[in-house]
Amino acid sequence: MGHHIDALVAAAADDDVRLDGLEVTQSDDGYTLETPDSHHAGLSEDALRDALGDYDDYATNWYVWSTVVGESSPQRRAFLRWVEGAGKYAVPERYDALRDGIHHEWGQLRITATIDGHGERSYDLRHVDDADIDVDDLDPYHEPLAARQLATYDEKGRYRPLKTGANLAGGWVFPDLDGRDLVETVETFYPASVPNWFREREGTLDVEHWEDTIGRQTGMYSVIDTWNRGDGHEHVNWVAEACCDDSQCVKRREWEYDDETDLDVDGGDGVFPCREPCSLVIAASRKWTRLEGEETKTYEFELTPSEKQQVEDIIEAVADDRIDEIREADVYEGSNRYRTRFLRAKLFDEDGNLCGVPTEDE
Amino acid sequence: MQALVIVAHGSHLNPDSSTPTYDHADTIREVGAFDEVRTGFWKEEPSIREVLRTVEADEVYVVPLFISEGYFTEQVIPRELRLDGWDVADWDSDGLSASHVTLTADDVPEKTVHYCGPVGTHEAMTDVIVRRAESVTGDPNVGEGFGLAVVGHGTERNENSAKAIEYHANRIRDMDRFDEVQALYMDEDPEVDDVTDYFESEDIVVVPLFIADGFHTQEDIPEDMGLTDDYRDGYDIPTEVDGHRIWYAGAVGTEGLMADVVLERAADAGAEIGDALELVRERTRATPQAGD
Repeated sequence: MGHHIDALVAAAADDDVRLDGLEVTQSDDGYTLETPDSHHAGLSEDALRDALGDYDDYATNWYVWSTVVGESSPQRRAFLRWVEGAGKYAVPERYDALRDGIHHEWGQLRITATIDGHGERSYDLRHVDDADIDVDDLDPYHEPLAARQLATYDEKGRYRPLKTGANLAGGWVFPDLDGRDLVETVETFYPASVPNWFREREGTLDVEHWEDTIGRQTGMYSVIDTWNRGDGHEHVNWVAEACCDDSQCVKRREWEYDDETDLDVDGGDGVFPCREPCSLVIAASRKWTRLEGEETKTYEFELTPSEKQQVEDIIEAVADDRIDEIREADVYEGSNRYRTRFLRAKLFDEDGNLCGVPTEDE
Repeated sequence: MQALVIVAHGSHLNPDSSTPTYDHADTIREVGAFDEVRTGFWKEEPSIREVLRTVEADEVYVVPLFISEGYFTEQVIPRELRLDGWDVADWDSDGLSASHVTLTADDVPEKTVHYCGPVGTHEAMTDVIVRRAESVTGDPNVGEGFGLAVVGHGTERNENSAKAIEYHANRIRDMDRFDEVQALYMDEDPEVDDVTDYFESEDIVVVPLFIADGFHTQEDIPEDMGLTDDYRDGYDIPTEVDGHRIWYAGAVGTEGLMADVVLERAADAGAEIGDALELVRERTRATPQAGD
C-alpha cells in the first residue's frame, strides 16, 4: 500500500477529506468513502485502507494537492491546477488525459503536464513553435534560472527589453520539471505573470489605467502628463496600437484610458493580463509627448504614385518587422532594399533631405 | 520565512545592466541565507511595482542596488513598492547613513517589508573597492607603490553621489594601504580626464563607483582618460598614459564581493543570515578581471 494512502487515512482520522469528488468522512458508524460513482459506508480504518486501494487515482490526486503542492502558495497551486484542468474535469478523465499529456499555452510557452504510475506530475516546457519537435532535438535545461538567459536575446541575438515581447526564441526544452520548478521557470520567462493571472481570477487584480500611471510619474517622465490636454484619448489609442498589440506583447492589456473611458483598440487575447502601462510604454510615450508637441508644417514633395505607395510599403514593412522576409531580388516589393536605395539615389539630396526639401526652414 | 529582494535600475537598451544584480542574487541564493531571493527593476521585469507579489515569504528585505541616496532610493522605489506611510525623514540620514525602515506595502499588506539603504553608502562597500583593485591587478596585496582613484558621476543630479565617493576615498586613505587615494568625477573637478595629474605613483588603479558597466564605464571614462581613442577598439590593462600605468577596473558593482554588501544591508535590517557573510567573502575571492 502506498504512502499516499497512509497519509490519506491519517488525514481522515483528523478531519473530513474532500477534494475533486473524493470524500472521506467519519461518523460513529465508521468511515464513509464517496466518489461521484461510488459510496462505501461503515468502514473500519483497515477497510477504508482497502477500499482506497480501488480508487488509487483519487488517492494520489489528493496526496499531490494536499501534500506535494500544498497551500503555502495559493497562486502556485491555482496555476498548477489550471495546467491540468483540475476542478474542470473529473479525476478519472483528467488522469487519462494526463497519461497522454495535457497541453497549455502561456504566452509563447507551451506546457505539457504528464503523470506517472504513482500520480506524480512532471512538466515539459518549451516554445510554442517547437510543439512538434522531438525532445532530443531541442537543447535541454533543468534549472529554472536557465530561462533568464533564454529570455534575454531574440533569435537574431538582439536584446529583448520586454520579457513578454512576442519575440521569444525557441530551440530549448525543460523536459522534466516538477510543479515548483515549472512555476519558477514560467515566472523567469514572464515575471509576475502567475500572480497577476491569479489576482485576476480572484477578482482582485489592481488594474491601473493610463491616467493613474502617468499621474504618478515624476522626474523625466512627468512630462507625459502634458500629453493629455483634455481633448480625448486618441494618442493613447495610438500608443496601445503601437506597443500592446498581440503581435508585439503576449500580455492581454487590461488598462484603459481611465476608469470611465475605454480605449478603442482591442486589448488582445493573451492568457495573462497586463495591469498597467509598462516601463517601455512609459519611455516611448515620453518621446512621443515631445514629438507630438510639434506643430505640423506643409512640405511640398513631388512623388509618382508608385513612389508614394513605396513610402507606405516601407513604413508597413518596418512596423511589422518584415524587413528580413523581403527577398533581395524581389523588386516587386516596395520595401525591397534595391528599390529603397533607388528611391534614395533619386530623391535625396546630399544632406539626406527628401526631394531636396529641408526639414527646418533655412 | 524571509525573502531578499534586490531592486536595481536595469535598462531597455543594454543587456549587461542587470547582470550584476542577477549575479549577486545568485551568489546569495547559493549560500542559502534566504528562503527566496528575488530581483526587481525600474526598467526591466518584474517591475519594482510588481516584485513584492512574486514573493512568498512574510518577511521581506528590500535592498536597492544603487550607489547613493537620492531620487531613486527616496522617491521612486518607495512609491513603486507602495510602501505605506513612507517618509524619507524616517531614514534620519545625512545623505550617507540611511540604514533601514520597517513598513508594510499596500500591494502585499500581509507582509512586513524592511526597506534598506542603498549598497553604495554602506561601509562594507569600501572593502569592495579595495577588492576590485586586487581583482584588476591580480595582486591580493596591491597597495604599495600604487595610487587608487575612486570615480563617481559627480553632482550633476545629486550631491549625495559625491558624498559617497568622498566617504569611501577617505576610508581607503585611512587604511594607509595605497600610496595615494583620490576621488575623481566625470562632470566636475577634479576630473577623471586629468587622472595622471593627480597622482605621483606610476601605477594607478581606477575604480568607478557604478553599479553596472554601461555607457559611462565602458565608453566615456576609458576614452576620457586616454586609454583608447575609440572604446570599440578596447584597451589594455594596464594601459600606459603620460608615463603612468592605468589599471582600469570597470564598474565596482560587477565585483563578486558586492553580494556581501547586499547581505550586510539585510542583516543590519534584522535578517538572520547565519554564516552567509563568511561564505560569500570566501566564494567571491576569485573574480575575473574587467575586460576578460
